[in-house]
Amino acid sequence: MSRLKLSGIAKHFGAIQALQGVSLEVAPGEVLGLMGDNGAGKSTLVKIIAGNFPPSSGTIRIDDKPVHFHRPVDAQDEGIEVVYQDLALCDNLTAASNVFLGREAMRRVGPVRIIDYPAMNRRAGELFRQLKSETRPRDLVRKMSGGQRQAVAIARTLLAEPKIVLMDEPTAAISVRQVAEVLDLIRRLRDRGISVILISHRMPDVFAVADRIAVLRRGDLVANKRTDASSPEEVTGLITGAIELA
Amino acid sequence: MTTIDDVISRSEHRNIVSRITGLPVFWVFLAAVLACLSLTLLTDTFATSRNLFNVTRNFAFVAIIAIGMTAVIASGGIDLSVGSTVVLTAMVISVLMSGGMSFALAAALALGAALAVGFVNGILIAYVGMPPFVVTLGMLSAARSLAMVLSNNKMIWEFGPDHQLLLWIGGGSSFGLPHPVFALLALGIVMSLVFRWTRWGQYVFAIGGNEQAATLTGIPVKRQKVTIYMFSAFTAGIVGILMTGWLGSVTTNLGQSMELAVIAAAVIGGANLAGGEGTALGAVVGALLIEVIRNSLILLGISTFWQGMFIGTFIIVAVAFDRLRSRRT
Repeated sequence: MSRLKLSGIAKHFGAIQALQGVSLEVAPGEVLGLMGDNGAGKSTLVKIIAGNFPPSSGTIRIDDKPVHFHRPVDAQDEGIEVVYQDLALCDNLTAASNVFLGREAMRRVGPVRIIDYPAMNRRAGELFRQLKSETRPRDLVRKMSGGQRQAVAIARTLLAEPKIVLMDEPTAAISVRQVAEVLDLIRRLRDRGISVILISHRMPDVFAVADRIAVLRRGDLVANKRTDASSPEEVTGLITGAIELA
Repeated sequence: MTTIDDVISRSEHRNIVSRITGLPVFWVFLAAVLACLSLTLLTDTFATSRNLFNVTRNFAFVAIIAIGMTAVIASGGIDLSVGSTVVLTAMVISVLMSGGMSFALAAALALGAALAVGFVNGILIAYVGMPPFVVTLGMLSAARSLAMVLSNNKMIWEFGPDHQLLLWIGGGSSFGLPHPVFALLALGIVMSLVFRWTRWGQYVFAIGGNEQAATLTGIPVKRQKVTIYMFSAFTAGIVGILMTGWLGSVTTNLGQSMELAVIAAAVIGGANLAGGEGTALGAVVGALLIEVIRNSLILLGISTFWQGMFIGTFIIVAVAFDRLRSRRT
């Protein structure tokens, strides 16, 4: 069974062909490293999977069921969550409020519905514990380290019990120690049976955590193979075009 | 032997004191209290019941709109059109009531006019994507002009059958407090709760903190922004009605440059012009400080021409303090 199956996904913007005939499968609990140079079509592909825009042609299947996304909410409803590159966090709110942003837990007090902060703090605390992160639900995000901020962004995706988590350059702008933290977070997602698609420029990170590596070059999928059957040298060659196909 | 729990409880205990002293509102309130004390000692006119009555009523007008302004500023915007919304609302209710309409209906229509101003502001800012500064600056001019057209730029002092009721609502007092203060208390309490405990309040601060994030997490940012500008216009509308009753006559220069005092009050009270911060209590305390200072200038015999200088300096100093604070953390 495949969790996510893309068949012949193509996307053009006017005369520009951003993606041509990309076919790709991701199994449950599998980490796929998606690599490619700037403009190779990585973010276009991710945006199609996340429902930001539909593909020009091709089909998406989730658990072998065809799906059509018109808005990001459609993708969310099918269990796809995204961790954005800038994490999309509000610095002025607490970790728990950020985890629940847009999906606040509410409770009734007489005729009015108010935000249920205790429930949110409790649930966010559980999620941080599952991620083995030392993030505290009541702390302001402003005062957090890069790794803790990642944990908040990832906990947000877990709230919806997702099937697939897309991560856009999660290790691009943080320190070495925090990178290790984030890679651990990705392993925890995998251990829970969640499929992760990791978009990254950083070769060591992808090789450390991905089960399989897919390489895009100028809108073409030029490689899709197990990490242990490849090497950083080969992937570099595939990204730059020094190696044609693998 | 000290256990880790002791250390934690002690640090939490220290937190309560440091949390209060860490609030900008605390220092502003302290400044207002000190100003009141020194005025009581320096003049024999400040602590008279007549003067205190005037101070509380005057500050209520600015404070009510400052609460609306706090919502706008906390969401990362600005509303320069509140002063003009005040005069437009006042003109609508005056013209309608002098034409024989009942207070209730005229007030409802006047508030409708205020909400319409906020709606137009919000639509242009949220859906057309224009900068709040430009839109509300344009509205500042447009709404006041509309008030002049409506009244033919004449003073109105006859309010038809409900004349006395209007004067009582805006200018009267109950239990020794002027009526605008009751409006302020009600609004202040309700909005303190709304800011903290409702989705609407949470989204105000989320949009001000990171608008992009708010959009990505599915918050209806555009709709929310429209309601925020409608709320600030609504507070201006309330003040327009109350001021009409208090003054007993309306001219088209009502509420002129009031937006500056309101923005100053909100900013002094801790609203962050970069968005994401602000409280209803802070807005009220900020307005209180401004009114006390303004009152003291008059009582100390300093020319009223200096008032603009003080308000302007206050805004700049408050923002400078905020910069220092955010640099330290």
